[in-house]
Parts: sequence; C-alpha cells; structure tokens
Amino acid sequence: MAEIVLEHVVKRYPDGALAVDDFNLDIADGEFIILVGPSGCGKSTTLNMVAGLEDITAGKLIIDGQVVNDKAPKDRDIAMVFQSYALYPHMTVRENMGFPLRLAGMDKQTIRQKVDEAAELLELTQHLDRKPANLSGGQRQRVAMGRAIVRQPKAFLMDEPLSNLDAKLRVQMRTQISRIQKSLGTTTLYVTHDQTEAMTLGDRVVVMRAGVVQQVGTPAHLYAHPSNLFVAGFIGSPSMNFLPGQLKGGGTVVTALGEAQLPDRSRRALDGASGDREVIVGIRPEHFEDASVVGDKPGATFDAPIDIVEAMGSDVYAYFTVKGEGASSAELDELAKDTGNDLHGTGLSITARLDAASGVRRNSTAKLWYDTAKLHLFDASTGKNLLEAN
Amino acid sequence: MTATPTPAAAESADLQIEEETTAIARKRHNEAKAAERKLGLLLVSPAVVIMLAVTAYPVLYAIWLSLNKADLRRPNDNHFIWFSNYVTVLSSPIWWTAFGVTALITVVSAAFELALGMILAIIMHRTIVGRGLVRTSALVPYAIVTVVAAFSWRFAWTQDLGWLAPKGSAPLTSFWPSIGIIILAEIWKTIPFMALLLMAGLALVPEDLLKAASMDGASAWKRFWMVTVPLIKPAILVALLFRTLDAFRIFDNIFILTSGSNNTSSVSMVTYSNLIRGLNLGIGSAMSVLIFITTGIIAFAFIKLFGAAAPGADPGGRR
Ligand SMILES: Nc1ncnc2c1ncn2[C@@H]1O[C@H](COP(=O)(O)OP(=O)(O)OP(=O)(O)O)[C@@H](O)[C@H]1O
Ligand SMILES: [Mg+2]
Repeated sequence: MAEIVLEHVVKRYPDGALAVDDFNLDIADGEFIILVGPSGCGKSTTLNMVAGLEDITAGKLIIDGQVVNDKAPKDRDIAMVFQSYALYPHMTVRENMGFPLRLAGMDKQTIRQKVDEAAELLELTQHLDRKPANLSGGQRQRVAMGRAIVRQPKAFLMDEPLSNLDAKLRVQMRTQISRIQKSLGTTTLYVTHDQTEAMTLGDRVVVMRAGVVQQVGTPAHLYAHPSNLFVAGFIGSPSMNFLPGQLKGGGTVVTALGEAQLPDRSRRALDGASGDREVIVGIRPEHFEDASVVGDKPGATFDAPIDIVEAMGSDVYAYFTVKGEGASSAELDELAKDTGNDLHGTGLSITARLDAASGVRRNSTAKLWYDTAKLHLFDASTGKNLLEAN
Repeated sequence: MTATPTPAAAESADLQIEEETTAIARKRHNEAKAAERKLGLLLVSPAVVIMLAVTAYPVLYAIWLSLNKADLRRPNDNHFIWFSNYVTVLSSPIWWTAFGVTALITVVSAAFELALGMILAIIMHRTIVGRGLVRTSALVPYAIVTVVAAFSWRFAWTQDLGWLAPKGSAPLTSFWPSIGIIILAEIWKTIPFMALLLMAGLALVPEDLLKAASMDGASAWKRFWMVTVPLIKPAILVALLFRTLDAFRIFDNIFILTSGSNNTSSVSMVTYSNLIRGLNLGIGSAMSVLIFITTGIIAFAFIKLFGAAAPGADPGGRR
C-alpha cells in the first residue's frame, strides 16, 4: 500500500508528441483513482509512467516519499492489469498467477497456497490447470486480476481492464473489482472510457483532455460542479444539454428556451461580471420537469414541441428540438467526436428526464419547467464555468 | 433405473453422463482433427507429386547402385552384391573420421549460429534508428556466394599472405585450426539466415506480454528466458532443424578451404571423392544413401523430441 504523488509530470514522445502536460495529483494510501477522458488524451501514457514502462520527460513521480523516476518497473512493486490481459500463453492459470511470486523467489509451498487463496477469491479454482487459450474472456480477465493481487503489491494499475468484456460481464466484474479493492485496501489507478465505471468505482475521478488534467474530484462533485464545458459534457449520461445564450446585466439569461432569472446565489457568483455577454448555458436532463408536476418551485417554464418519449418506468425521457444554432466550442466538438455523436442538424436537440407521472405525449407540445438554480453558465470563449469560483 | 433414485444412484448416473459427454466431445474433436489432416494431405499432394517425379528416380537409382558393384574403372565387372558396399563403407575408418568431423562441425556451428543469430535477431528487432540499414548490412554474408566467400577466407588464412593468419603459421595445414576456420566460415555465412528466422518469431511475441513480465518483476534476462524463448520455440526449432540438416551436408566450404586434407573431409566430401574422383559408383552411392538416412534420422528426432513444442501440437499452446 502506498501513497503516489505526481508532480508536474510531463511526457513528450521521441517523435515530438506531447502526450501528458503538467500532471499533478496526490493519491492517498488506499485510494481508488479513476482516469477518464476521450481516446488519445494520455491516460495510458500516464499509467505507463507510473508503472515505469514509459520514462518521465519532466517532473517527479513519488511513491511513499521516494522519487522513483529512474526505477525499473520490477523495482516499483506495482502490479498492472492490461486491457489485453497479457496472460502468458505457455503457462497454465496456476503458473500465470504464481509467476510474480516465482520471480520474487518464494518457495513452491507458499506460492501454491497464495495462488489457491487468490483463485478462491476470484472463483478460478477449477480452472487452475488450464491454459489461457482455453478460457472465456471473463475467466481470462479474472486470471489477470489474480496475477495482480497474489503478490500484494503497493498499488494496482489497470488500463481499461473490462473493455474487452460484454456488457453484462462488465457490470459483474466491476462490482467484483470494487469489492476486491475495498477488501485489500490497495491504492489503485484505473483507466477507463466508461462513464459508469468512472462514476461508480472511484473515490476520485481525474478528467483529462489532450494531455491536460481538466478537473479532479469525487464523482458527485464533478457531476454537480464541473469546472468547464468539457467536464460538464463528459460526465453524466445522458449528457448535459448546452444552449448558447446571453447573460444580461440584471442577472437574467436569454436562451432559445426564453428568458430566465438567475437565483441570488448564482448572481453573487457572477458578481463583477457586469454587462451583456455571450455564454453557454448547460442544463442536465433531470433538471427539467413537467410543469404540471412541479408545483410552484422557483424556475422558468417554456413550451416544448416533444418529438420522442421514452418511458423507462421510473422516469420518462422526452426529446425535443428548439430553434437556433447549437452551442459551438472546440471542447464540445471534441466531445461530440468522442461519442460519435457528430450530427449537426438544424435546431438544437434537447433531452429531458421527467417524472413518471408526467403526461407528455409524442408529437405534442408540453409545458416544461427547468430549475434555474441548477443552471450552469460557461464562458463562450474559454469554456470556464462562470458559477464555480476556481 | 428406479422411479425414485437414491442420491448415490443419481450421482453415479450424473457421473456416467459426464463421462459419456466427455467421450462424445473427444470423439468429435478427433473427427475434426482427422478431417483437418485429410485436407492438409490434399493440399500438399500436388507438391508431393512433383517432388516424387523429380527426386524419386535419382534416389531410387542411387539405392540400386549402392547394392551393386559399380566401378567405372571396371565397367564389365558390374553385378548385384547386396550390402557389401555398406559393409565396406561402415567398416572404413575414413568414413567414420569424416562422420565425426561432420558431426563436430554440425553441432558446434549450429550452437554458435543459434546463439549469435539470436543476438543479431534481437538487435535487428529492437533497433529503431537506421533499421533498414542494419537489416540490410546484416544480410550481406548470406547474399555472398559461398564459394566466393570461402576463397576469401582461404586467402585471409594463407601463410604470409593472408591478413588473418598469424605471422609464420599456416593454419589451414593442420587439423584443429582448419576445423576452426571451417566452422567460422559456416557461422559467418549463416548467422543472417538464423537471425531472419528468429526475428520472424520475435515479431510474434506481443509487446504487452513483455511489459506484463517486467511489471511482474522479471529482469530483461528473465523476460527473455521465461517469456520470449518459450513463445518463439517453434521458430527456434525450425531454424535449428534447417541449420543442422544443412550443416551435416557441408561441402563447399571444406572443398575450397582444405579440400579435405588433414582428415578434414566431411561425409559429403568423402562421397564426392569416391563417386566423382574415384569413379566408384557403388561405394559412393552407398555413402549418399547413408547421408540421406542420417539426415532423415536427424529430422525425425527433431520432430519427435520437440514435436510437443510445435505450433498446434499442444491444445493449450494455441494463440
Ligand atoms: N509510442 C508513442 N509514440 C508517440 N506518440 C505516442 C506513443 N504512444 C502514444 N502516443 C500519443 O500520445 C497520446 C496519448 O496516448 P495514450 O495511449 O496515452 O492515449 P489514451 O488516453 O490511453 O487513449 P485510449 O483511450 O485510446 O487508450 C496520443 O495522442 C498518442 O498518439
Ligand atoms: Mg489507452
């Protein structure tokens, strides 16, 4: 178990590509940290630098108070689970799991016992004498996990360990990983693409974009207080709706949904930023509601021409389009590219999550309400969240 | 079976079912294997037919000759003598000396070629800058005609003239130095071939496995022995087999370097002397048949001994 600190870590590949820029992070002992971000943002590179598989161009990597920049992977006492599992095809499951122990020079009896324990934990006992090629994807994944946990390393590094599994197995393994990490209390750095994994597994989440850390915080904090457009759009599923708008001097915003008066708290946060300015307004789907269900909570209402309604049982998703240009920014474009949601249609598509009691119908107009206290305002040019003081 | 089976009976029934299904699975597996083998034979059959057409006649004729007294110096004395030629050859010290020399050259050169070829393969596999240049220059010895190379080696080791021969000595005029130089020439010539075959094997080792091994605590040396070597074993075996068979039939290097003087003849050299120089077709043919049999035994031994490591031979070794 260990404390891992990254101080101003930079990675530049020999071909000049800047993969990670000024990465700072303090990982506490036993903490579960998630690294998320779109493809190519430098997650694997960061993980490989901690592992020692890539050298660090600048900055310091400190494990348990010791700078380890120049230590070989084998001397860092860190275990890694690869996306490809990287099981040794010529060894049985038992030999695979016992390999790190064998290298550490343990005697056969102890290795046997430790592997048996790990196999028990991962329900692999009856597969111990098989070769990896004869295992299913989920079993291989568990062997890879087993190989990491047998030697009780200082930390686990996992690079998208579940991305080769089908959806159901992924959910199953996710809970298993969480359980194992909690019971062993080993510091863990986990890379993923997956929203759900990011939000459910980690103590803290690090959102990266193009090699730069955007925000670090608990999943709930990132969700409620994203520091910029990118984090706002990346965290949450379905993702936040973005509308271009104008912020007027008196604390009102004008968007395609009409005019809304900001609550006092937001106005105070905006203090000093007087005068009209262009902003991007973000509203999460669940901060819409059917006006007839809300009662008289403060907020704004508008008429929405509902296109599609999906009843999910516990709530209802309503999709509609409002007139006007979509909010445009480099960050949003990148997000759209990453999710493959690259449609630039006419008008502005909005998703709203409504109460199951809502009576909205497809192809009809409904009166919707949104919570002005939960609005996010982003600077149209920098993408910074104007309501978060950082 | 009774209407209300006891737990023990149910258990034994379960066990029986398990055994039966396992038997069926095994049978299916074997059937699939047999079908695959049949397809394999079918696919190689055209090549086999051509091979037979081209090689069967000379081979069979050589076997026939080896059972006859066939000496071109006494053409009227040809007659069938069963295995007399073989008895003559196998009881001759010349044959056994040549056999020993050949075996020595084969074993030593194959061992060195494997070790040095592996080093060269790793260098070629790992170089990033000037990869093309490194690979091309490494292949130069293999591209040079053996006879030409052998002549330059001979010149290099010639007394007083050669740049390699120590002053006043003539290494190609005594046994051990000659053998050493022959082996050296062989190794120099075939390292690139070895390296190429091994490099093809190295390319198949996934990078992730080596990374995983270093995370598991393996030093570079252990990664090589515990991960790389087991994974490229098939490539190593193929390379070794080729080289052993090739080295056992060594001729050109010896022919140029020493012409077989000081007992440095290989079996191929001795055969050549009997067949072409001595015009004794019977003895020569017996010798070629013996070489043929020996290489057959070597190939068979390789496949039997290491067959389990060949790709596909091990059900768990599939990748
Ligand atoms: N060996 C390399 N040489 C040069 N550039 C590299 C190398 N490896 C990665 N990069 C670049 O560094 C950047 C970060 O790559 P990295 O593999 O860390 O991304 P990632 O966040 O793990 O992406 P993914 O989610 O697709 O795995 C990318 O732009 C990539 O092109
Ligand atoms: Mg990656």
